[in-house]
Amino acid sequence: MFRQLFRKHEFFIAIILIVISLTIGLINPRFFSLANVFSLLRRATIMGIFSMGVLIVLISGGIDVSFTGIAIFSMYTTVSILVARDFQGSIFLPFIISGLLGLILGLINGVIIGVFKLPTLIVTLGTLSLYRGAMLFFVGSNYYNQAELPVAIKEFARASVFTVETSSGKTGLHPTFFILAFLGFIVWYVLKYTMLGRSFYAMGGDRESAERAGFNILRTQLIIYGFAGLLSGIGGMIVGALFRQANPFSIVGTELDIIAAAVLGGASIAGGRGSVIGTLLGVVLITIAKNSLVLLGIPSEWQRVIVGFFILLGTAIPMVQSLVVQRRLAMQRDEIPVTS
Amino acid sequence: MTEELLQVNNISKNFAGVQALEGVSFTISRGEIRCLVGENGSGKSTLIKIIAGVYQPSKGEIAFHGKLQGNIRPRNALDAGIQVIYQDFSLFPNLTAAENIALNYQLSRNKKFVNWREVHAIAAEAIKLIEVDLDLDAIVGEMSVADKQLIAISRALLQNAQLIIMDEPTTALTQREIEALFYVIRNLKEKGISILFVSHKLSEVQEIADNIMILRNGIKVADGVSDEFDLAKLAYFMTGREITESSFVYDPAGKSPISILTVKNLTLPGRFFNISFDLKQGEILGIAGLLGSGRTDLALALFGIKPAKSGEVSIEGQQVHIRNIQDAMRFKIGYVPEDRLTEGLFLKQSIGRNTIIRILDRAIGWLGLISPKKFKEQIAIWVKRLRIKTNDPGLPVASLSGGNQQRVVLGKWLASNPKVLILNGPTVGVDIGSKMELHELIKELARKGLGTLILSDDLPELMHTCNRILLMRNGRIVEEFTTGDITEQELNQKITESIA
Amino acid sequence: MSHIENTETHNQSLISRLQSFIKNGNGNIVRLLTAVIVIFTLLSMARPETFLTIRNMQSMAFQASEIGILTIAIMVTMLSGGIDLAIVSTASLSGIIAGMILTSMVPPESSAGTVALGLVLAILAALIIGVVCGAFSGYLVAVWEMPAILATLGTSLLYKGLGTAITGGVTVFGITESQFIGNGEVLGIPFPLILLLIVSIITGIILSRTRFGINLYMLGTNPTAARFSGIDNRRVLIYSYIISGVLSAIAGIIILGRTNAMNVDFGASYVLLAILIAVLGDVDPYGGSGNVIGVLLALVAMQFLSTGFNMLLYKSSGANFFKEFAWGALLIIVLIVNHFSDKRRTMRIS
Repeated sequence: MFRQLFRKHEFFIAIILIVISLTIGLINPRFFSLANVFSLLRRATIMGIFSMGVLIVLISGGIDVSFTGIAIFSMYTTVSILVARDFQGSIFLPFIISGLLGLILGLINGVIIGVFKLPTLIVTLGTLSLYRGAMLFFVGSNYYNQAELPVAIKEFARASVFTVETSSGKTGLHPTFFILAFLGFIVWYVLKYTMLGRSFYAMGGDRESAERAGFNILRTQLIIYGFAGLLSGIGGMIVGALFRQANPFSIVGTELDIIAAAVLGGASIAGGRGSVIGTLLGVVLITIAKNSLVLLGIPSEWQRVIVGFFILLGTAIPMVQSLVVQRRLAMQRDEIPVTS
Repeated sequence: MTEELLQVNNISKNFAGVQALEGVSFTISRGEIRCLVGENGSGKSTLIKIIAGVYQPSKGEIAFHGKLQGNIRPRNALDAGIQVIYQDFSLFPNLTAAENIALNYQLSRNKKFVNWREVHAIAAEAIKLIEVDLDLDAIVGEMSVADKQLIAISRALLQNAQLIIMDEPTTALTQREIEALFYVIRNLKEKGISILFVSHKLSEVQEIADNIMILRNGIKVADGVSDEFDLAKLAYFMTGREITESSFVYDPAGKSPISILTVKNLTLPGRFFNISFDLKQGEILGIAGLLGSGRTDLALALFGIKPAKSGEVSIEGQQVHIRNIQDAMRFKIGYVPEDRLTEGLFLKQSIGRNTIIRILDRAIGWLGLISPKKFKEQIAIWVKRLRIKTNDPGLPVASLSGGNQQRVVLGKWLASNPKVLILNGPTVGVDIGSKMELHELIKELARKGLGTLILSDDLPELMHTCNRILLMRNGRIVEEFTTGDITEQELNQKITESIA
Repeated sequence: MSHIENTETHNQSLISRLQSFIKNGNGNIVRLLTAVIVIFTLLSMARPETFLTIRNMQSMAFQASEIGILTIAIMVTMLSGGIDLAIVSTASLSGIIAGMILTSMVPPESSAGTVALGLVLAILAALIIGVVCGAFSGYLVAVWEMPAILATLGTSLLYKGLGTAITGGVTVFGITESQFIGNGEVLGIPFPLILLLIVSIITGIILSRTRFGINLYMLGTNPTAARFSGIDNRRVLIYSYIISGVLSAIAGIIILGRTNAMNVDFGASYVLLAILIAVLGDVDPYGGSGNVIGVLLALVAMQFLSTGFNMLLYKSSGANFFKEFAWGALLIIVLIVNHFSDKRRTMRIS
């Protein structure tokens, strides 16, 4: 039983998460206040949506750093279009436009990576620069503040379920949390119970074998990067809405935090490994590291140090696991009766 | 002839002006085990890939089940029940055995969803077909090569395989695992499944084949019932020349030659125990034993990769402690690893750099920097001394043939003037002609005083090149033979008798 | 195996020597050189009055030097098959430490002796920070066998975090005297350029003429074979990250000198730019090939292009944004072109 659990990376992350939460909560009970939990969830939701795309890319053996570029491009371009046309409709259209833009940019990634079989890190570094540069140069570089945003977006920003009255005012869970829950469920289901999902793992495990088995690698890659782009587009719109501004210089620069969350949650950068649960746990862990250590009296300047430390920790866990497994195998060999 | 499963008629294949195959024809019937034999570069792989639809032939035609095919795509070959098991097995190391077995099957049935209970049932069914027992929940990356092969075979069977093409299936297997594989193959034959067994290990071919065909330079040079061939004949057809190899005669220079490597009670718990032997100058000492007998562990310990826990090692009478590779190098121990491509060579780098990487010291000139002139000189010396066939040592080592590549690996260590050279499978994957030349080279070095240890699965190789052979079993040395006193059959028996 | 053309080793004509130079994997150098010449000619014809001036050449040299040194830093780690994403963090941390030492040790109107001592100590401290940062990344990659991308991603956040923690997030300044390192000239040649050339020559010699260098290429080609050939992989890897750290620290000092101000978020886009130039200069992202000459040519080509954009777009405020776009596009195009030429190369071998 323990051995089974030990093999699960998620188990470690869950324990670390519980220990850290309890520690912070014991030292500063405000950590467990609804206001704080909701605010953490709100931040985690944004990261979580991006992390689902990152996860799928990692499982397939790639690494995508351009998703923040896609997110900001999609969000900012959408807002620019809507503002220019004095948009008054519902919140769905902004999400649809932003999602579609993301999908297109993701597909461009997929085509470059899939058709020419190029290293994904370097390609997406290139497209990150390409997309952001294109937005800043061709679309614009001015900032839209809250007053300038379309009404639907402003209203969406204020939406809330489970509104609770606290001493410091009203607080509540933002509905985007359910978008994440829904997406998380879909990704989990696809990964575990569809051939498409298994093809991601197969590709990440051994690309050539996947090709020989008859998987259509190009098609799969287009789906993966297209989907990651779609999520980025939606995620970008959520960022714009929740922060009530369209700042063309935001989002880009946070990509490593999200990749770190997925890795912390057990996704392998070499491909073939990773799970939705683990990734979401990693997201929560990084969110707490970035936002709640202040409650422990750790100065905010040290936040980055802690996040860096967590990344290294998350990377080290699989190493330690394999070491232990190896040692156990060696011990087992000692038990073989030696006849001569 | 019964039902003809596969008919290959007059197939030729050109690659940018290179004639890889010329007018090859043959047939495979139901339940036939046919062996395809040839040296590296004889066109074996090209032929397999044409049958599997990976390459298109330049000329000729192929019929499945008596029906002439047009352009064969991989899909067509699979639909006709033709399955290829490549050397790397094409498995997914991150997935479980069950999923590996069932995945292709589910894919070929155009499944969109995965039912895990069904996956398990399919996999269990498949391994029942070959009457073996496997842990279906194990992650494939953590399984042995033999198990991986069984997984690949069961996977092929699931897809209604009627002809299974196995590309060098025994390369990484132990004697015992080979026996187990042959058992499975014979079983398949009884079920009416045909096998095309591609190999260059002649003794195996003789044991398993109904019919044997031999390719040389893309031309089929012989084809017949297995009984018509003996080893000498097979070797003759493969290489086009008569090969007679003299066995090695150890001739101690003086009355009492010095012990160059003495090992006493060397132990690495779980791997090998109380290993003691003495290697004299100019001796070639073979170590026989199954994979898992501890022989590779012993070699790795002597080379400092996995150091021993207790016991003594002496070089020329001086006791030494080998804790890492750098120690082993300082004591002039060299090691030629088992797997040339992954452990021995830097494929993208030049032949020259590959050859003299160990002796960069000798190219050092002004200011302690490497002098390009001396660098070239050293390369020229070693390329010539090792008789490496190339026009330009600046070309990548990947451009050389298997035999020449092995010379480069050997040369890398010879250049550093070792006193003891450990060769692990020195001619694996080398064609028979180069193999003989390599054997001659090893013997020549021994005559010059080098102490050599050879680890090999290839018994004729041990019989021809060594003067003494140690037999290892379960991590211990159980017997020692002088090659003159024992026949190959006797040795083979000794090695395998422990299994029962 | 392919049929190898019979080249006469002696009595080679210049053309056949050039051919064999190209055949041995140097085709990209020739391509790059051609690109540099073409861009130079085009710009000289389009804007002779602004492009072909000493002032312009100097300003290009100032801009290119620090990024050039950072590119050489990342190249050294790419040769091993890894990557050092912490170059910019290391540079800024080193610059911050140097700046703090300078401002605290050398108050305004100090004596020449104090200034000299302060400068020496600051530079020394920055270099030591570079060594330590590099060694730690290298340790994680070599001993803990962490994937280089993750290890250096972690250390880059770590170093940046330390920088934030030490400074409290505010900008650190240099002193007037330290500006020479970033802005000075010797005989009209910008001092950073001189540093770049020295760094290039020394790194070039280390890579091609020492055992460490050749071992690094071998390790990058096949780490297992390197280990079996008796190369001490851990040591070679750690050294390569230390070199990267030291070079990053040098870049950090130059940046401090040039801008006379340093904060943690300076030059975030430099990592991308360094990788871009390295790949453009034919450094193999999978390890084992690449050299300083290729990187320098790529650097010159990039700088010409940047300057060209600035000249052509001087009326619009978006020149910098267009550059970002163009760099990304260029990286993708180069990858695709290399993909096709690699394909040709491998086809010839197999």
